[in-house]
Amino acid sequence: MTIERESERVQTQPAVVVTRVGDPLPDPGLPEHHPRPTDVDPAAEKRAERQVATMFVLSMVCTVLFVVSYVTLEVGDNWDTFLNYGASNLALGMSLGGALLFLGIGIIQWARKLMGDHEIVEMRHAAASSDEDREVTIDAFNQGVDESGIARRPLIRNTLLGALGLVGVAPIIALRDLGPLPGDTLYSTLWTRGMRLVRDVVGRPIRPEELEIGDLVNGAPSILFETDENGEPLVEGVELQIAKSKSTIIVVRMEPDEITHGPGREDWTVDGICAYSKICTHVGCPISLYEKTTHNVLCPCHQSTFDLADSARVVFGPAARPLPQLPIMVDAEGYLVAQADFDEPVGPSFWERDSE
Amino acid sequence: MLCGLLLSGGLYAVFAPAQASRAESDAELVAKGRELFLVGCAFCHGQNGEGIKTVRGQAYGPSLVGVGAASVNFQVATGRMPLAQPGAQAVRKPRVYDEEETAALAAYVATLGPGPAIPNERDYSTEGLSEEELEAAISRGGQIFLTNCTACHNFNGAGGAMPRGGFAPALRGVEPVHIYEAMLTGPQTMPSFSNSNLSSEEKRDVIAYLQSLEETPEFGGFGLGGLGPVSEGLAAWLLGIGGLVGVAVWIAAHTSRVSKEKAE
Repeated sequence: MTIERESERVQTQPAVVVTRVGDPLPDPGLPEHHPRPTDVDPAAEKRAERQVATMFVLSMVCTVLFVVSYVTLEVGDNWDTFLNYGASNLALGMSLGGALLFLGIGIIQWARKLMGDHEIVEMRHAAASSDEDREVTIDAFNQGVDESGIARRPLIRNTLLGALGLVGVAPIIALRDLGPLPGDTLYSTLWTRGMRLVRDVVGRPIRPEELEIGDLVNGAPSILFETDENGEPLVEGVELQIAKSKSTIIVVRMEPDEITHGPGREDWTVDGICAYSKICTHVGCPISLYEKTTHNVLCPCHQSTFDLADSARVVFGPAARPLPQLPIMVDAEGYLVAQADFDEPVGPSFWERDSE
Repeated sequence: MLCGLLLSGGLYAVFAPAQASRAESDAELVAKGRELFLVGCAFCHGQNGEGIKTVRGQAYGPSLVGVGAASVNFQVATGRMPLAQPGAQAVRKPRVYDEEETAALAAYVATLGPGPAIPNERDYSTEGLSEEELEAAISRGGQIFLTNCTACHNFNGAGGAMPRGGFAPALRGVEPVHIYEAMLTGPQTMPSFSNSNLSSEEKRDVIAYLQSLEETPEFGGFGLGGLGPVSEGLAAWLLGIGGLVGVAVWIAAHTSRVSKEKAE
């Protein structure tokens, strides 16, 4: 009601100028009220009304089109296409977008051209409650403290605090259900002495003479592609996913004299062929952006760069440790095999690991 | 082994007369290629294709001994060579040498040392495959592509950024023979996938997959080039939300009153 009254006052006295003593800038008051064309011209008002209604009708048309395209356009195995786009998605999106857009344009036009046009002044007031309300509230609180006797009975108070604190243990205990602890599984992968290196996806083992200088192989341990006597895969399901995420490797071949062997790693390569873990030591993205001219491999997630010619030393980016190197050799049949598992955990750091 | 010997012997018997009559023209082709090479390539690659080093010992133009005809055909037919200027990336541009000149250059460089030859059309063509075979090839090629190529070239073949100002080019609209040659020879910094590493059939499957990508309609609507979440987020924030803010400002900035003059 206050607002209504004040706005009326403003309308009848358009230029209220209040000047306080000592105020260097007088209050300029509100500007003079200009009516809109729709306020003074009935023809303009009618036109605006028709415009708003047209927008709402267009919105209805769009919604009908939405329903029609939902029912008629084919999806699934046999998509309808329009201009090389999926016709269904395109039509549904455009029609629903149009329905909302026309609704919005109509409402804005309505508000600007036809709804009541009063300038309103609303005075500021203090945010705090009145003194009376505050006193009543404080009294009620004190009365509660007094009557419950919480200050006089420390036994009840302390046991209550204890009970409340202990309830918090329940959700913490439930966190245990997030999964079993990893145990020592982070320290080892499926690689063992004599395990063949095979090409990922196709599963073909690698002979050293098949690789030319500059070649790259995205590899995996052969056990991921082996089957038991019934033709069932040896590793499958979740186990396969976990094994894959830990044991995938990149195998590259470079000029043997370009390699700087790490201490104790002199015999970890075969004629310039080296194998490294494919899992970035920063946060574990699989990496194989290999540049054959620089022997650098780049992680697409945070641009960590490793020099594969120098024990996968970190040359750029946030990774703290080099990629673990897989020691390799050639077996009796001439295929590349692992000499042993990685000598350190693959992938990102974790609390318990020795980060030296 | 025996089969191979019989086969190659048989093939030789079939093609030998033709080769004999072509030998002279081959020599002419190599001679023509050498002339073109001395004019257009020797400045960076050396007069005998031995490569030229900078004073710091880096390769100014790499040696072409053993790169093979496939490499020359890829670099010259896609216009990457001759370079407009040395830089981070040899970019694709209109070719400078026509088909005959490219063949001559390739023939000459192939004489510098043994290297991969220009692949035959039957190596990479998907013609003649039945529908099921083609479907199997596409799905196998897709898996090979997702394992070996997407790291740099994007899951959609749209290309991506590489270190030191380089980029992995987009694979859309590239001739199958050039995709095959790129895998075979590893142009610039790209690692190679030689035929003994990734078999010729597997390369064909990858090409079949890339062709199927080009033919697949964009079911989800405009895909912004399939460049990934960064470009899509940028479009949503700048064009989408920026556009909405702009419209809101525009609505509020325009009065619907008769007179726009400010009251005194």
